[in-house]
Parts: sequence; C-alpha cells; structure tokens
Amino acid sequence: MAIGEATIDSMIDVLPLPIIIKETLKEDVMKVGVTKKEMEEIIERVMDGYNVSCVEPCEAVGVISAQSIGEPGTQMTMRTFHYAGVAEINVTLGLPRLIEIVDARKTPSTPMMTVALAKEYADDRDQARKVAWEIEATHIEHLADLTTDTANMQLIIDLNEKMLHQRGIDVMSVADKLGDGLGVSASISDSVPDQIIVVPNKSSYRELLQIAKKIHTITLKGIDGIKRVVVRKEEDEYTLYTEGSELKAVLDVDGIDPTRIYTNNIGEIYEVFGIEAARNSIIKEAMDTLNEQGLTVDVRHIMLVSDIMTCDGEVKQIGRHGISGEKASVFARAAFEVTVNHLLDAGMRGEIDELNGVTENIIVGQPIKLGTGDVHLIARNPLDN
Amino acid sequence: MSVTSVIAADTYDDDGYPIDMGLMDLRLGVIDPGLKCKSCGSRAGECPGHFGHIELVAPVIHVGFNKTIRKALRSICWNCSSLLLEEKKKNEFLVQFKKLKEMGHLPDTLINNIFKEARKSKKCPYCGESQREIKFEKPSDYVEDGRKLSPTEIRDRFENISDDDVRVMGMDPGSARPEWMILTVLPVPPVTVRPSITLESGQRSEDDLTHKLVDIIRINQRFQENRDAGAPQLIIEDLWELLQYHVTTFFDNEVSGVPPARHRSGRPLKTLTQRLKGKEGRFRGSLSGKRVNFSARTVVSPDPNLSINEVGVPLSIAKHMTIPVRVISRNLELMRTYVSRGSSVHPGANYIIRNDGKRLKITDLNRDELVETIESGWTVERQMQNGDVVLFNRQPSLHKMSIMAHRVKVLPSKTFKLNPAVCPPYNADFDGDEMNMHVLQTEESRAEASILMQVQENILSPRFGGPIIGGIHDHISGLFLLTRNEKMISKNDALELLKKSEIRKLPEPVGYDDAGEPYWDGKQIFSQILPSGLDLEFPAEVCSKCDVCKKEKCEEDSYVVIRDGELIMGTIDEKAIGAFKGKVLDKIVKKYGSTAGANFVDDFTRLAIRGVMYTGLSFGISDEDIPEDAKLNITVNLEKAEADVSKLIAAYDAKELEALPGRTLAETIEMRIMQRLGKARDEAGNTAGNKLGLENSAVIMAKSGARGSMLNLTQMAACVGQQAVRGERIRRGYAGRTLPHFDKGDLGADAHGFVKSSYKSGLNPTEYFFHAIGGREGLVDTAVRTSQSGYLQRRLVNALQDLEVQYDRSVRETRGVVVQFKYGEDGINSTKSDFNKPETMHKIVSSVTGKEVV
Repeated sequence: MAIGEATIDSMIDVLPLPIIIKETLKEDVMKVGVTKKEMEEIIERVMDGYNVSCVEPCEAVGVISAQSIGEPGTQMTMRTFHYAGVAEINVTLGLPRLIEIVDARKTPSTPMMTVALAKEYADDRDQARKVAWEIEATHIEHLADLTTDTANMQLIIDLNEKMLHQRGIDVMSVADKLGDGLGVSASISDSVPDQIIVVPNKSSYRELLQIAKKIHTITLKGIDGIKRVVVRKEEDEYTLYTEGSELKAVLDVDGIDPTRIYTNNIGEIYEVFGIEAARNSIIKEAMDTLNEQGLTVDVRHIMLVSDIMTCDGEVKQIGRHGISGEKASVFARAAFEVTVNHLLDAGMRGEIDELNGVTENIIVGQPIKLGTGDVHLIARNPLDN
Repeated sequence: MSVTSVIAADTYDDDGYPIDMGLMDLRLGVIDPGLKCKSCGSRAGECPGHFGHIELVAPVIHVGFNKTIRKALRSICWNCSSLLLEEKKKNEFLVQFKKLKEMGHLPDTLINNIFKEARKSKKCPYCGESQREIKFEKPSDYVEDGRKLSPTEIRDRFENISDDDVRVMGMDPGSARPEWMILTVLPVPPVTVRPSITLESGQRSEDDLTHKLVDIIRINQRFQENRDAGAPQLIIEDLWELLQYHVTTFFDNEVSGVPPARHRSGRPLKTLTQRLKGKEGRFRGSLSGKRVNFSARTVVSPDPNLSINEVGVPLSIAKHMTIPVRVISRNLELMRTYVSRGSSVHPGANYIIRNDGKRLKITDLNRDELVETIESGWTVERQMQNGDVVLFNRQPSLHKMSIMAHRVKVLPSKTFKLNPAVCPPYNADFDGDEMNMHVLQTEESRAEASILMQVQENILSPRFGGPIIGGIHDHISGLFLLTRNEKMISKNDALELLKKSEIRKLPEPVGYDDAGEPYWDGKQIFSQILPSGLDLEFPAEVCSKCDVCKKEKCEEDSYVVIRDGELIMGTIDEKAIGAFKGKVLDKIVKKYGSTAGANFVDDFTRLAIRGVMYTGLSFGISDEDIPEDAKLNITVNLEKAEADVSKLIAAYDAKELEALPGRTLAETIEMRIMQRLGKARDEAGNTAGNKLGLENSAVIMAKSGARGSMLNLTQMAACVGQQAVRGERIRRGYAGRTLPHFDKGDLGADAHGFVKSSYKSGLNPTEYFFHAIGGREGLVDTAVRTSQSGYLQRRLVNALQDLEVQYDRSVRETRGVVVQFKYGEDGINSTKSDFNKPETMHKIVSSVTGKEVV
C-alpha cells in the first residue's frame, strides 16, 4: 500500500541531505508511489550512498581547491575576446579575468552590465532603445559639432536636431547642463536654430581652450560611466548590454526590471546587494571564466575560494593585502611576501606563533596538522594489562 | 644574551687563530674543526653559536623601523612625550585592540588609524604645548621645524613614553619599547651564521656580514677617538652619519636613497634583509623548501607493459637507493643474505646500523664479518627492490596528482619507465622530461603513500571528478581501429591481442570463415577486458553530432552501447577511454573501485598497443596528398575569397561600406575581411577533409581524439590561413605597410598575413615571415602566462592551505573561523560518485520499487 505525502515528507525531512537531493527523492517517490517498507529501503540506500560520497574529515580541501583552480590557469589564454553574442562589447576573459576576480579589484578592467527590461519595454525595440538612451551617457560630441571661435572668444555648438530628437533631449536642457557643468554662461543663439554659444568667464585663449576640452567630460543625459548601451534581442525580449557599470544608478532608471539586472563588477554588487550576493557573483564570474575556456572545474572549489574571500563580511583579496596578509602566524606571513616587515612588526608587538598552520610547521620541521597529520591514534599496549 | 663585547675589527691573527674579542672570538661559537667553543664547550657542528655585541658610541636608527619611528614621533608630544590623544580615546582604542585579538585579526589598520588620529592634534592635551611638524628625509633624517633631530634626541623622547601609551601605540612594553628602535648596542650574530670559507689557496674569505661588522667596528672606534680628542662638531656629525650608513646597510643593503655597500669586486653585499627575502631567501628557499636525501632523478621514457601503479627504475639507481629494515629474529636470515651480497650485487645492502647507533658502510672487506655479527635490533639499509613503494614526481607540481606513489620495478635500463597512461596527471611527455623519485623510509609513510597516494587512488581528479588518467595517442587510435568495423580476427591473432591480459578463455566466435576457421571481431576482444555487469550508453567522439541522435540506429557506428560488460555496438575512442573524457573508465572506477579501474587501464593499454600493431597505423607526407581537382577547387575558392576582399576594399575606399553598429568604418572593414578569409580557410579545409576519408591515418587520429585536429590537417594539406597578432590581422612593420613587398595602405589579404599555401606545398617568403610573426606571439603568450598563472597558484595555495574539513563536516581555518558550514554546501566529495546528480536518485528508487521513474 502506497503511503501518503505527509508520511513521505516526515520521513525525508529529517534526513541530513542537501535540499536538491531531498526534492528529487520526494518527486521520484511521489511519482512512483511506494510502500512504507520500500520507502525505508530507499532511504537506507540513499543514506548509504550519501555517506560514501561525503568528504572525509581532515581532508585538506583548501589545497585541493587552490590547485584545482590554479592548475588550469596554465592552459588559459591571455587575450580579450568578444563577448559571446554581443560582438560590440569587449570583455576581459581568460587568465587576466580570473586574476582580476581573486584580486578583488574595485573595478574590473572591462565593466559590463546586462539589464533586463520591464514588461512594457521588453517587446518593443523603440521602447527598449528609449530606456537605453536614459542609461547611456550622452556627451556633447554625440549631439553637435563644436567650433572654437577665437575671433569672438566663444565656443559655438551646432546641435544636430536629429540626434537631439533621437536621444530625447532638448536644446534648453543642453544649454543648462553645459552652463552648470562648466560654470560659464551658455546661451541659445537667437539667430541660428539649435545653436548654443558658450562664452568663457574671462576672455583669454587659455580659458577658451580649457572649456573646449572640458566640455567633452560633461554628461548631458544618462549615467556617467556608461559609455555605450547595446540593445539586443535575446530569445523573445530585448535586453540591454552596457559598456561600463553603474549598478546603483541603473537600478533607479525607469523601465528596467530590477530583479534581472547583472553586472560583472563584484565590488558594486557587494556595495548594493551585500556580501552574500558578492559571494554568489564571485562564484558565477569565476565559473563563467573557466567554462568559457572549456575548462571544467567543480563548483565546490570555486565556492571555497569565494567563501574564504567573503567569510569576514567584506570582499578580501587572495594575496598579500587580503587573506595571506591577515594570517595569525608570523611565519606564514613572512614566508609569503614582505618577509622582513612582518618579522620586524612581530618583534615590536611581541607576537606569539601558535604553530597551527601548514607553513609554520614546515618551517620548524614538524608534521603539519592536516589530513593524516591531524589524526592521533592512541593505542593501549595489550601486554600492559 | 651577549657572551662578549666585540671591540677588535679583526678576525684571525697571523697564526690563523681567532682574536680575542674579535669578530671570530671563540665565545661566539666555532666553525673550525678541532676548536672548542668557549661558551658551551662543544665542537664545530654541535655548537649553535652565541651572540656578541658592539657598544655603539652614539645611537643610530634601525632602518627597518623608520616608518614606525616617523609615525610615533609625529603622534607624541615633543615636550612631555605623551601620546596626543585624550584619555577617553586611548581607552576606546585599547578596547578595540582587545576585540581584534579576540577575533583573531591583526591590528595593522587600527594602529594606523591611531597614529593618524593622534597626528591631528595640534596641541598636547596634557602639557598644552603646540605641536610641530616633523618631516622625514630619506634615508634616516628627521627634521623638526627645519632642525634635524639627532637619534639621541629621538631616543630621549621615546624613553619618556609611558607604558600605557606604548600599549595604545600597538606595542607590547613587555617585549619591546619604542626607544629600542634606536640602537645603542648592536648585536653581533654568531660565527655560525657568517662562517668564513677557506679557499684552495689557503686564503680565508670572510662572509659579507663579517665584512660589514668590520666596517662598523672601525667607524665606531674612529668615532670614539675623535670624540675623545674633542674633534669639531662637523667631523663628529660626518662620522655619526657614516656609522648610521654602515649600520643601515648591515641590516638592509637595498634601502632606497642609500648607495648599496659593495664588495671589493663591486658586487653588492648580501646583508641580513637580503638573506631572508625573496624566493631564494631563508624563508622561501631554506625553511619552506628543503633538500632531501633518498631521491633520484633521471629522464623518463614510456613502457606500455608496466602497470600504471608501477615505475621502472634503472638498476644503477636501485643499487644506490636504500630502505632501512630493522633486524628481528624472523628476518635475520634474509638480512644476512642481503649483507653478504654487499652493495654490488643487486638485491643487496649498502649500510648497516649497529645497536650503538654507529652506521657502517658494507664493503667487500667487512662484509663477511658483518654477516657473522649481525643480530636483532640492528638496522640494515637494504637496496630497493621490486614492489617497494616510492613517490614519483614531475615539476611543476601544480596539483596533488603531480606526486604519486608507484611500486618499483627494477629494470636494466638507464631511464625511469612509466605507463604512458599516467602522463596526463604529471603532464609529462618523453621529449627529454626528467622526473624525481623519493624512497620512503618509514613504515608509516609507506602505508600512507600506498593507501592515499598510489596512482590508482588518483585516477579521478578532484578538479572535475572525472578520470585524469586514461588512454592517450596510440591507446585511443589502437582501440579505435580494433573496435571499428567488423573485423575477422583469427584465433591466433585474438590470443596474441589478449596475450598480456589475464584473460585465458576466448568467447564464442562470431562466425567461421570459408576455411571453417573460427573468427572473432574487435568489439568482442575489447569486451573481454570489461568487467561484467557494466551498462553504459553514450555517443562516441567520432559522432558527427546530428541534430537528432539516432542512438542505436547510428549508421556511423558512433553510438556506444555496453550491456553487462559486452560492447554491443559503437566505436571505442577518446570519449570511452581517454584521459579527461573517458566515460567507460570513469564508470568502472566509480562502480567497481580503484583496483578494477587500474586493472582496466592496464588491460586496455596493453590491448591497444597490440591492437595498433595488429592493424598498423602510419603517417607520412603522402597522407597529406589531395587529388588534383580538389587542389584546383581550393585555389579557385581562395581566389574567389581574394576577389571578395578586393571588392570589400573597393567599397571601403568609395566610402560605400556600411559600418557595423558601435564600430568605426576601419574596424568594420577589418572584421569583414577577417570573416571572409576565415570562411575561405574553412571551405578549403572542408574540401580537403571531404577528400580524405576515415581510411586516412591523420583523419583517424583527429576524429578519434588520439592526436591532432582537423584544423591541423587542413593547415598541412590545404591552406594555413590568416596569421593573427592579438586577434587582428598583422599590421605592424613599416610606415603604412607590413613589408616593402606591398604598397602603402594595401588592405589586401596577402599584405596582412593571409597564408594561402599549405605547410606541405610550402610557404612563400612573405607568408613565411607572417607565419613567424604569428608564431612568435604564441611563444610570448606562453611565457607570460606561465609566470602569471604560477603566481596566481602560489597565492591561492597560500590563502587556502590551512583549510580543513572538521569532524562536524564544516570547513575551518587555523584560527577556528568557519569558512563553510558544510563543505561545498552539500558535503560531497567531487570524486566519490555522481551522488548529487538526479539520476542516482532515479536509479535507487526504480531499483527498489521495480518501476521506471523517468
């Protein structure tokens, strides 16, 4: 007689198994229908299998993970390739990207965002493009031709009406933005349509040339730091790809779907969404980088690296300025990098080395406390009564 | 701590005897044999050495602490030496220190913050004096409001800091006080640290440190004399500075702003910091990495008849490597025979250790006597012989499979031999690679090595949970040729093929030939080495990846089906038995265990070698021959491509070309040309590939995954294709052109590195040159990459090495900080099984209930 869902639930819930396995097990059992006796046998066999496939205590999983990620590094390329699908955006890949991830750099060398759109914008190319203009930083060179009029000591900006219309920006706001940004007067020309004239505060060539230079740095519309936005059709909706990443600012833009936004800038994810999100994005980024190169690495190894980078609540680098520089042991730190400074500081602070780690014990010449070195078998001599 | 003050700037007197109170004083330890240390009474080699000291006439700054001295000076009051923070703030910081210590964190950032905070105060909160700006001038001058502070003054200020303030500054007054950063007494390292060496000429050559100490003592003396004689202030200051220079370079000879002290020959001296620092320094070179005995190194070569667990060791090496065996009543006779053989006859013994701990070399002279006197309790160092466990290693040791335990097979060769199936984990080939062997000396280490490190225990790599040991090259092509197509293998041949395996009985023959003789096919022969009960289905490497897989009905025989240890259909190739990919191998190891896995590898490597000998596989220049019409076809195609490129260029010149979104016109034309030429090469490859069928040995190797790819074949037979630098066509060279053979501004295919020729037909001079450019980039890339990935690996290992799975299945580091509550979120070992896959559940459920789940 088949047992009910409640019984199955109660039997499965208590098992110390990963959730995914429990779910598949439940699904399977529900589909087939089992008797209590069968269920007990299934559970016994599942648990046997699980216990066999578990890691053994004292396993030096850290070193295994480090080697599993480091070893394929020799097989990776150094080049920057085009991003799969978006030919227009270059993304750092291969070994340099992997190094960037474990270095926990504040900004990656090629920041990039994938922005999904809200329903009402996702189906229509024009609507999507409209959102894209809200995000992409518009500079003056996108809109106009600049003429430096040295005779009248002014900068003449001939705006392109088509471009203005396309980017949804009007002459007034351009003039205002330029005036505010440069701190000079920018007035709309009366004689010529769509023309703005910028007059420097002081009538000198230097001032004029400086303004002519500075004008290019003023963002007229969109988000500073996002150089380009590409609209692409992915499956059956339009998605935006951006060159440059400003997660916080883009989240505030109307028309995007804030639940499906992604950036490859781990530092930004940490600041906006917190440490757990940062941990997940390290795993995703590292995994994608390795897979793109055709290298298979078990996720558990990458998880461990990600976890040790984030386990203190902030993203720490793998190396001198992060984990390795914060080890408890003086010897371990001295043996890694900046040997002398660590020794001098230790002397000053009266540090004590507990000899718990690997390097310290190798230095003093005793067995390390990992793996078989962590197991102490104490046997009683049977002859001693 | 000091055993003597050192005042003489000399080492040895004319008789070669150390001068009393000199740098080689006998109280500082001894290095000459025959002399006894005056401090501890032991001889050279036993005496650890003892420190002495030099009393400096005037205090000098210790270079290493310059940064801390600067920070401390700026954050204490020049008048009353109190830390420029209010009592409340100090207590707050002390609490923070305590917290950090509890958490196991380092106080570095906190200390910096404290100094920064203290420096902000313009007025001392205790004595009310306003504070002055202190500038640091390289290398070791401190200037306060334009007046240089002498080390004496700095020391005086530091001496007045209270113990409580010292604590707030992050120091431990119990172990060190700030004024100790200014030296008044210089410790003289023991003689054992700076041994002098005697050259062949009998001349003594002193260590760099001794040279430096001589300088210091000399200046110190001159300083003293001048000061006593009342020399002018200017001279005194000069000497003080000189003393500072010598003490500075004694500690660190690479301080910026200080010219390095040099040896007479002009070589910079290696002083204390240089000894400790860097890769070859004390820490990384001598303490973390040590040299060992009982090891051997030589060239490796392949031997497919060895088991993967074995390693062939040359007899000459085996004779030198020893294993200590404790003599007990039960092995006394055996040990006697070993000793009686001595060191020249192979399974003999080289040394014997008596009960009193004395180690004797066994020679022809004392051999007979030792045989007589040997008794229980002695230790015999017998020569290595078959079956001994050794560690085998190839650098770079990038992962744990770079060091594995093998069993010794002593062979009469000059090189180490190993089964080619274990090449992938070591990343070894036989073009002159050398490998190391280490002989284990204790019972525990041998047990550990054979249980955990033996090759068969490492067939599965923890990196991806699949086999890293498996068939390569000939193993794959051998089994491919054997199992492909229906072959008629006579009884003789069948037995020959299986000769080296354990199989002694042939299955029922598939049929009888015209003469009535029975014959077997290759699939049957391969099935013999499969364990019974094995069920597996997967597409082979040769699979042409049709849109819809016909599975069992595959016309190309590239869908492998194994039922109950019988290869029903399909071809065995890289997907089945190859390293990294081999599914059959993976399944056998996971289902039947590592011993079965090792046996399978042993069997199939032997079978494959015989298989490839049975069918034969050769490759020569004529295998790249393609028919004339195909050649013509390729030429026509390439010409068409060139014409297309010209058309593109014409359009570009006429500004008719449409730019791709987000690209400039110049980028667009480059991309378009690259695309067109890439297509042309592929077409040429396809034309050639179609003409070369599966009877071509290069195609066999490429398709089965044994070696090479179709691209390699294309390049050899049809067209080499575009040469690229940084993913772009070659543009470097002269102004406006790559080579003087072309016009300036020529955008054409051959002007930017498109190689129309094939390797076989030969490249013309410009093509050859472009090919060299492309090839060079590859070499540079590899060189840069190895150093970068090596550093990445070092950092990763250093950061993660202390992590260990605890008995509660959490992962923690040495401080006890939990990194993961359950390893990998599910606690599963990547090599153990495919437990985390849903199929495992389906299988269990269906096998218990007898109903299909999927």
